Amino acid sequence: MTAHPADREPADHEPAAKHPDIASREWTGPWRRYDIVKEGVIAIVVVSILTVLLAGLFSSPDEPPLTFQGWASSAPDNFYATAVQELAGTSTSAGYGPPYNTAADGVSIGPIAPQQWFGVTHPVDTVNDFVITPLRSQQQSAGTTDALAQWDAAGPDQQAAWATAYDTALTTANGDATAVAAGDYGPVPALAQGLTDMASAGALDGILTSQGGFYQTDSTKQILFLGDGSALDDAATAAHLQGNTWGMMNETGSYPGQAWLWLYSFWYQLPQFNSDNPDDYLTSHADAIIFYVMAVLSLVLLLLPFIPGLRSIPRWIPLHRLIWRDFYRTQANT
Amino acid sequence: MTSTPPTAESEGGTVSGTWTGGLRRAWMSKLPPEKLLPDRQPAYVASWIYVFGVATLAAFLVILASGLVLAFAGPTWYHTSSLGLFTNSMHFWSVQLFFVFMVVHLWGKFWMAAWRGRRAMTWITGVVAFLASIGTAFTGYLVQTNFDSQWISFEAKDGLNAVGIGAFFNVANLGQMLLLHACLLPLVVGVIAVWHVLLVRRRGVVPPIDAMDTAVSTAPPVADAVPEARP
Repeated sequence: MTAHPADREPADHEPAAKHPDIASREWTGPWRRYDIVKEGVIAIVVVSILTVLLAGLFSSPDEPPLTFQGWASSAPDNFYATAVQELAGTSTSAGYGPPYNTAADGVSIGPIAPQQWFGVTHPVDTVNDFVITPLRSQQQSAGTTDALAQWDAAGPDQQAAWATAYDTALTTANGDATAVAAGDYGPVPALAQGLTDMASAGALDGILTSQGGFYQTDSTKQILFLGDGSALDDAATAAHLQGNTWGMMNETGSYPGQAWLWLYSFWYQLPQFNSDNPDDYLTSHADAIIFYVMAVLSLVLLLLPFIPGLRSIPRWIPLHRLIWRDFYRTQANT
Repeated sequence: MTSTPPTAESEGGTVSGTWTGGLRRAWMSKLPPEKLLPDRQPAYVASWIYVFGVATLAAFLVILASGLVLAFAGPTWYHTSSLGLFTNSMHFWSVQLFFVFMVVHLWGKFWMAAWRGRRAMTWITGVVAFLASIGTAFTGYLVQTNFDSQWISFEAKDGLNAVGIGAFFNVANLGQMLLLHACLLPLVVGVIAVWHVLLVRRRGVVPPIDAMDTAVSTAPPVADAVPEARP
């Protein structure tokens, strides 16, 4: 593979006139009339009209956000089970690791472990942030009030033992609280029911949003809690937004999404990054590996002018002869 | 009050030794007005592919204008107002057009090998503008305050957390994303785009591949061409 001499960039000290490619010099050939201001104005007018037409004809996507009230009302068993998981520390958020907590190490590729290096920067305590604090923030029924008092009076080990035992029993009963075997679960069932009732009534949305303050612009905790249950995942599946169905570049409804992410999305469609076995190395590390792959590809695109071979592709596949066909025709005629 | 007129120290119409004069001389030598605002182009600049660069800039301006209206009204306005929804739709479709134009422009420049002739930085600034635009659009999708933004932030956090970026760039933090989307990132894209355009104006549009001296000197003007008009 030999680089074309004209692909070589002239050195700064090299007189431009010595370089074999005229691209490095001032153009000395024929010119044509051109009006850059007129071109700009016409482009703005045409694109503006096109945008107005598209906006008027097709509007834009705007599916209402999911709410905790909607989730707890449509799938109370799932909400209840998720509340128990938050107390037991078995939800996805509770066991996530950095940047939310220290329950796991996070993803690392060999010695490269930036998720661990930067540590916990957005602390999330699922027990208190998602369940106990919201319950305390409102006047509760007598049963829930007693359950909160019992929870508060117990030590961390006892709290964990109750929650873990009930979470296991509930899982064994396939999420059916009425079928859970008898056991020492302490106040956990009452706390989960209290939170479910609170969410169904619509109170949890406001409490989680305000997080005890007047101003709030950080939705991290709501997003994590919502994602621990099935509501968000089910809605995304129905809207074809899952990552393994090109969801990264899809949009709700029939609207175009972030199509420019097609290459990023492509890697998630490969079985190696999308296997049914979550313990498979490539699948469990897919997020990090794909990010690094895309970073390298972006760097290649950025430095394309300096990469031998790649920068010669336009010579080997002469699509430029279509772009400059008038020029080449004139050149051939002379 | 008397003023001291420029004396023998004057150089090219500016007083030598001043930063301002030096900047003006440097600007005029690299980007004289006929390059910055040209009224002629080399005859080979005659293809529809050249339209997509200016179309990208035009779409960017429509994005900025519609985004400015949305910024004044706030991120949730468009959920409840028909005018807001229309403005949001303008924003949405201008972004779609922007990327269509930009990608076609990028592919066109690739097949032209447009980095030739000391134009590598023009290519690089174009790619950086493309990547920065992706980031800007991404933050826009995160601040829609609807189901889409809920899902995108929930999914995207894992990819960014896995490489440590999530520690500082929290996609679930609406306030952070909104400020980045409306303030910082458009500025970054805008500055890079201006830089890119100035480089294009300074270096000129890249000539056809293998256009050599002999071909140029013997090639007659193509249709619509005008003779040398520049002094």
